[in-house]
Amino acid sequence: MSVSEDRSFSAVAREQLPWLYSLARRVADQRAEDVVQNCLLKAHQSFDSLRDHEAAPAWFRQILINCARDLHRKDLRRVDESPLDETADYTLYRRIADEDPFPYSESVHLDFLHSFSEDDVWNVLDRLPPKYRIPLVLVHMEGLAVKEVSRMLAVAENTVLSWLHRGRKRFQEEMWDYAEERDLLREQEGARR
Amino acid sequence: MINCTDAVQRLWDYVEKDLDSQEQASMEDHLALCRRCCGEVEFAEEIRDLMKEASKPRIPDEVSERLSEYLDDLEGSAS
Repeated sequence: MSVSEDRSFSAVAREQLPWLYSLARRVADQRAEDVVQNCLLKAHQSFDSLRDHEAAPAWFRQILINCARDLHRKDLRRVDESPLDETADYTLYRRIADEDPFPYSESVHLDFLHSFSEDDVWNVLDRLPPKYRIPLVLVHMEGLAVKEVSRMLAVAENTVLSWLHRGRKRFQEEMWDYAEERDLLREQEGARR
Repeated sequence: MINCTDAVQRLWDYVEKDLDSQEQASMEDHLALCRRCCGEVEFAEEIRDLMKEASKPRIPDEVSERLSEYLDDLEGSAS
């Protein structure tokens, strides 16, 4: 039996709205509302195919990711800028140790991370190209397995792994740049004295 | 025995427990001797937790209202 025979689409969809928007905000930033709207339209058109109420979150999530994929199709198809090996050695951990932004601290790495609010993490994430941001969100924030993400994005597992690798590196590079631009390091140092 | 460059390349796979048993063992052998790479592992775990904890943006009330109206319109147009 289809869920549509038992409950209205709007009743089922309304329950999903808060987290659907939350996910859309992370994978489609400022276009989150458009992506959710598009997702609702497509879900409504195929509501008869939803067989199990328990499956509704996964069903909506796949449709939302399809919409985000359509939105970012161009970026997802773009070839990565540099070979993977060239990017392998950078770590934010080393950069913080080398630059030592808090010379009076004994826990300089943790101090660096603690200078980021949730909004700051968002702002850093928003700076990443969608093909790096989406796998990071799905794996590290939604807790999905690489295999599942590869199925959702319709790309090979190795492609997801490569995007994750580059995405983590870019995220860390952007954290440093963001901290410098927003004076987070100085604020943290000022608060210590 | 792997070196620091190899260890850094496998860092996230180690943190995410995606290494096979042989790679896992060689990573742990390296970590037992390398303080800096231990720091790298702890730092990667902290970054992973930072992303995980920042994962719940709330839907603004006005967006929620607009999307609810959109749902009503969708339902209305189907009936």
